[in-house]
Amino acid sequence: MTSSAAAAIRETKGRPLVSVRGVSKQFSNGTLAVRGVDLDLADGEFVSLLGPAGCGKSTLLRMIAGLGAPSVGTIEWPTAPHDSRGLAEPDLGFVFQDPTLMPWATALKNVMLPMTLAGVSKPDAEARAAEMLALVGLKGFEASYPRELSGGMKMRVSIARALVTKPKILLMDEPFAALDEITRHKLNDDLLGLWERNRFTAVFVTHSVFESVYLSQRIVVMAARPGRVMADLRVDAAYPRDDLFRTSAEYAHLCRVASETLKKAIAG
Amino acid sequence: MTDMPLAGPSVPHDGTDAEARPVFVEERRVLGLPVSAWPGIIAPLTIGLFALAAWELIVEWKRVPSYILPGPLLIAKTLVTDWDTLSGALWITLRITFAALVAAVTVGVALAILFTQSKWLEKSLFPYAVILQVTPVVSIAPLIIIWVGDINLSLLICAWLVAFFPILSNTILGLNSADHNLINLFQLYRASRWQTLRHLRLPAALPYFLAGLKISGGLALIGAVVAEFVAGSGGNASGLAYRILESGYQLRIPRMFAALILISLSGIAIFLVTSWIAHLFLRRWHESAIRREN
Repeated sequence: MTSSAAAAIRETKGRPLVSVRGVSKQFSNGTLAVRGVDLDLADGEFVSLLGPAGCGKSTLLRMIAGLGAPSVGTIEWPTAPHDSRGLAEPDLGFVFQDPTLMPWATALKNVMLPMTLAGVSKPDAEARAAEMLALVGLKGFEASYPRELSGGMKMRVSIARALVTKPKILLMDEPFAALDEITRHKLNDDLLGLWERNRFTAVFVTHSVFESVYLSQRIVVMAARPGRVMADLRVDAAYPRDDLFRTSAEYAHLCRVASETLKKAIAG
Repeated sequence: MTDMPLAGPSVPHDGTDAEARPVFVEERRVLGLPVSAWPGIIAPLTIGLFALAAWELIVEWKRVPSYILPGPLLIAKTLVTDWDTLSGALWITLRITFAALVAAVTVGVALAILFTQSKWLEKSLFPYAVILQVTPVVSIAPLIIIWVGDINLSLLICAWLVAFFPILSNTILGLNSADHNLINLFQLYRASRWQTLRHLRLPAALPYFLAGLKISGGLALIGAVVAEFVAGSGGNASGLAYRILESGYQLRIPRMFAALILISLSGIAIFLVTSWIAHLFLRRWHESAIRREN
């Protein structure tokens, strides 16, 4: 089922942005975190990796980002530049489960970080970081330190930092899991707004059926022990999605389908 | 809510976020210090004044001779009359302390950075740093004085030996305590070693380094005084410790007390200055510097 769905996407979209082939990951303590994953991510699509704790979805995401190489298999970036050793240098942004901000730096300085590291001139970096902060709704908080911000605002800074370089792909590792539901809904809406505006490829790791259905065009359902891909669902609801969609029968139906697939996946 | 433009509003448009923002209320200040800081100053001062008064009264009442225990007033008078000798000695001790602290910071931080760049270097050299630390300075001071020859330099080395270890070990701990996800983030952006050090490891190490500095400041003074005692018993020193020894031999006990008080005051001043430096660096962001309402 997995490979046929992936093949269909390849046919319709041409060359994928990322191509994961036969990837397994075994940790040094012997745990098989991920086994035999094949996955193609097309340019501009919103994909969720959905699964229970321990299904290797975060591990897979980190491998896609280049944090930890697969034990077996390859992750290829057909369209990305490569360095002299042949390693891909994809243009990506990453949002961790925690905001992962530098506590000693202001919101503006935190968002400037990717540009500072890339050697962008300071006035240029400042202007772009301020613009990005405004875009995530934090205009006026440039000089605030992370400890002066609420959990949701810190996450906004983290998203701004990930998007400030205008990456082709945004990888998110359960970014809103620690937030309350009201804030999470708000951030889901804003994330979709940013995605519709810039059309980066979004890979969103979550264990929430509702969140994955609300956000994505495609849900990759994973199962645990060992972590593997069980199903690849399409969510054919139109964007923009909003509170109306959240309360629609269509949404409820899609959630039920996704939930049953997940249940089946967990049962093995 | 979703039809609201994403750009524009100066407050995030979810009420929850704005309400969750901590509110910082500027406290009322008296003589430049926040009101809540004053009890912490007044209470120990009152206790001190009472103790001094009791001391003076007992000395007067029991007619304790000044070569056994001089009263606080006599000590204060000695501090004024012997100021020329004492201030010279104070200056010498402080100079050695300060130079030793600067050397401890320089060498401690440099070694810490070196050690965190290479695990092998740390494994090979760190045990020797521990040996230097655990060997009592009194026991090696005579050797150092003989080997080095120049008295000021040998005192400086002794004080440095005592002071540098807290800075070294704290800074190593700090450099290694950077958030793992942030380290990953720097990897993702292909940051160089130098960039990771400059933008991540050094700032993360700052609170640890400053805690080390507070300890080392006091230790540098102790090191300088102890080394001076060793040198002073050989008759070649001129700092406060030497004045204490000399006053002991000459039974000028009030002067001994006066020198002792100058050492204590120096220690307090060093502590206050290093604490103030730490506060200046950390007040905006570090947990240790944040005053909480609950």
